[in-house]
Amino acid sequence: MLKFIKHHLDTIAGVGIYPVISFVIFFSFFLLMLFWLRRVGSAHVDHMAALPLSDEINTNDTAYHAH
Amino acid sequence: MIERFEYDNRIVKNFLFVTILWGLVGMLVGLTAALQLVVPGMNWTEYFTFGRVRPLHTNAVIFAFVGNGIFAGAYYSLQRLLKTRMFSDALSNIHFWGWQLIIVAAAITLPLGMTSGKEYAELEWPIDIAITLVWVVFGINMFGTILKRRERHLYVAIWFYIATWVTVAMLHIVNSIELPISITKSYSWYAGVQDALVQWWYGHNAVAFFLTTPYLGLMYYFLPKAANRPVYSYKLSIIHFWALIFLYIWAGPHHLLYSALPDWAQSLGTVFSIMLIAPSWGGMLNGLLTLRGAWDRVREDAVLKFFVVAVTCYGMATLEGPLLSLKSINAIAHYTDWIVAHVHIGGIGWNGFMTFGMVYWLVPRLYGTELYSQKLANMHFWLGTLGIIFYAVPLYFAGFFQSLMWKQFTPDGFLVYPNFLDTLLQIKTAYWLRALGGTIYIVGVCIMIYNIWRTVKAGRLVANEAAEAPPLENVSVTSESGHWHRWIERRPIQMLVLSLVVVAIGGLLELVPTFLVKSNIPTISSVKPYTPLELHGRDIYVREGCYTCHSQMVRPFRSETERYGEYAKAGEFVYDHPFQWGSKRTGPDLLRVGGKYPNSWHYYHMWDPTSMSPGSLMPAYPHLFENALDTSVTSKKIDAMITMGVPYAKDFPAKANADLQAQSQAIVADLKKAGVEAMSDREIIAVIAYLQRVGTDIKAKAPAGVAAQP
Repeated sequence: MLKFIKHHLDTIAGVGIYPVISFVIFFSFFLLMLFWLRRVGSAHVDHMAALPLSDEINTNDTAYHAH
Repeated sequence: MIERFEYDNRIVKNFLFVTILWGLVGMLVGLTAALQLVVPGMNWTEYFTFGRVRPLHTNAVIFAFVGNGIFAGAYYSLQRLLKTRMFSDALSNIHFWGWQLIIVAAAITLPLGMTSGKEYAELEWPIDIAITLVWVVFGINMFGTILKRRERHLYVAIWFYIATWVTVAMLHIVNSIELPISITKSYSWYAGVQDALVQWWYGHNAVAFFLTTPYLGLMYYFLPKAANRPVYSYKLSIIHFWALIFLYIWAGPHHLLYSALPDWAQSLGTVFSIMLIAPSWGGMLNGLLTLRGAWDRVREDAVLKFFVVAVTCYGMATLEGPLLSLKSINAIAHYTDWIVAHVHIGGIGWNGFMTFGMVYWLVPRLYGTELYSQKLANMHFWLGTLGIIFYAVPLYFAGFFQSLMWKQFTPDGFLVYPNFLDTLLQIKTAYWLRALGGTIYIVGVCIMIYNIWRTVKAGRLVANEAAEAPPLENVSVTSESGHWHRWIERRPIQMLVLSLVVVAIGGLLELVPTFLVKSNIPTISSVKPYTPLELHGRDIYVREGCYTCHSQMVRPFRSETERYGEYAKAGEFVYDHPFQWGSKRTGPDLLRVGGKYPNSWHYYHMWDPTSMSPGSLMPAYPHLFENALDTSVTSKKIDAMITMGVPYAKDFPAKANADLQAQSQAIVADLKKAGVEAMSDREIIAVIAYLQRVGTDIKAKAPAGVAAQP
C-alpha cells in the first residue's frame, strides 16, 4: 500500500551522498570540539565562566578561583 | 588606562515593560481561545472566531511576549558581557519601536483575517518585510556592540544570541517566500509537500531558535547572576551550544510523521530529535547544577524559584519532544491536546518562568531599589506553578483519552466512536480545567504587575549606569593559533559565519532533496487545479483559520481510513498554495469531506453547526452568508497560480469569472432542490464549492488509475 510514497528519492542523482556528507561534517566537527575541550586550560575556562559575574562590584574573584 | 562609559538601561526597561504588557494581552487572548472551545457563543463576530483568535494568541505570546523578553535580556547582558554601551542608541530605539509597530500591525491584521495560513508565520507579506528590516537593525546593533567591546572573549550567552539572529533570519526569509496579489493577500511560493516541509522546518526551528536558544543565552547569563556563582561547567555549555544548533535544524520533519511527506525525511526528523535529548539535558543539568551549594537560597529567593522551575520545564519539554517524535508515540499524540499541553510546558513553564525570574531580578536593579514584596513574588510563583499543572495535566489526559477513543474498535472491527463529536464532548471537562489553569496563571501575572508597579514607584530609573573597564588591546594572537575554538571565541564575525554555515548545511541537506523531489513526487493524473470558485473558497478557508482545528491529512492507519477514507498521498497536494494539513484536530479531518454530505448540509452547518451536529463546539459563520464574494480579484488569483506553475490554460484568467458564475449557479440550483434559497454571490457558496472538492480528485476515475510519472 506504500506504492505511492516508496520511490520518492529514486530519481535524485546520487542521493546517497547526502547522508554521507552530513555524517562526516557532524562527526568531524564534534571530534574537533571534544579534542579542543580536553586541551583547553582551566584558567581560560574559569575566566569565561566568570564573565557574567565580573560586572558586579561585590564579586570576589579570588574566592571563586579557589574552587 | 581605564575607560569610563555608561550602560543604556532605558532600552532594557522599555523592552521589559512591553514584555509584561504583551505577555498579559497574549495570555488573555489565549484564555479567550480556551473558553471559545467550550463556549462557542464566545466567538464574538467574524473578527474574533477561534480560527483568528488562535493565531493572534500564538503570535502575541511568541513574538510579542517572548520576543521582547529576548531583547530586554539580550540588551542588558550584551552590554555587561562586552563591557560597553550598545552600539547605537538610535538603532536601539528603531529596533524597539519597529518591533512594537509590527506587533500592533499583527494585532490588527490577524483579526481581520489577513493571514498566509502557515502556523506561527501567519503575518502577511508587508509585515514579513518589516520584520526582516527590524531584525537587520537588531543585528547591526548587536554586532556593532560586539565589535566595539572591551572584553576579548565572547561568553557563551552571546553565541546563543548570534546563532539566534542568524538562524531566525534564514528561517523567516525562506519560509516567507510568497507571491503577493494585493497588499493584504499573498500565496506561499511552495505547494503541498514542499510547503509542509519548509513550514515545519520553520515552525520547529522557530521553537528552537526563537523560544529556546535565546532563552538559553538568558539562562547562561541570569542564572549565574541570580545564584551569584559561575555556571556549573563552562565546557558543557560549549558542547550544549554546538550540539543544539547542529541538531535542532534537522528535526522539523517530526511534525509530519505518518503524513504524505517522504519516509526518509520523517526518519531524519526522528533520529535528530532523539539525539537532541543529550544536549538539551546537558543544558538543563548545567543550569540546575549551577545552583550547587546555593539550594538553601532557592527556598527564599523567588527569582531562583522561577529559574529552577523554568529549567526543569525545559528539561521535561525537551525529553517529551524527542519521545513524541517516535512514530509509535506520535501515532497517539499527534493531532490531540497532548501536543498543546507539551507546547505550554515549554511556553508558560520555560519561557514564562524564565521571563518572570528575569523581571524580578532586573527591575529592582534598573530602578536602584528593592523589590516591593518578596511575599507577592513568592505568591506569583506558586500560582504560576499551580496554573501550569492545572493547564497541562487535564490536556495530557484529554489528548491520550481522545486518541484512544479515535482508535478504539468493536470486536467486529467497527469504530466504537464513529462520530468524531462523541470523542470531543468527552474531554470538555478537561477543556474547562485547562481554562481554569490559564486563569490561575494569569492571576499570578497580575500580581507580578502590581508588585513591579510598586517597585518602580519606589525607585528611580538608572537610565545610564556608570561603568568602567580597560580598553581592548590589539594584541597579535600567534601564540594561541593552535586553539581554533578560542580563535572563534574572539572573532564574532567568523562566529556568525560559522553558525550560519552550520545551520545552513542542516537546512540545505534537509530541504534540497525535497526541492528535487518536485520532479519525483508521483503526479496523480486525476489531480487537477481548483476551479476559480473553489480557489476563492479555499482562500476563505485559509482566512477563517479552519486549519487551526481541522487537519487535511489522513494518516495510513486503519482507524483513520475507516473514519475518514483513503489515506493522503503526496501527489494530491501539488496545487495547494499554502498546504493546509493542519496540526490539531479539535474537529474531524476534512481531507475526504468532499462529496460526503449534500451542499445543503454544509449550508446549514456553517450557519449553525449545532443544527447538523448537536452539541458541536464549532463557531457559526453567519458572515459568510452576508459577505459578497470579491470576484474582482479572480483573474489576479489565477494569474498568480499560473506564475507558480499551476497548469491553467493561458487564456483562463479572463474567462475565470464566467466559470465561477456557472459553478455557483449550479450550487444554488442544487441547494434550491433541497429547499434552500441561497444567493449565488455570497462567500458561503465558494466555501461549499471548496469543501465539496477537497480530496475528491483521487476518487475520479483516471484512465490508468493512479499513474506515477517521474
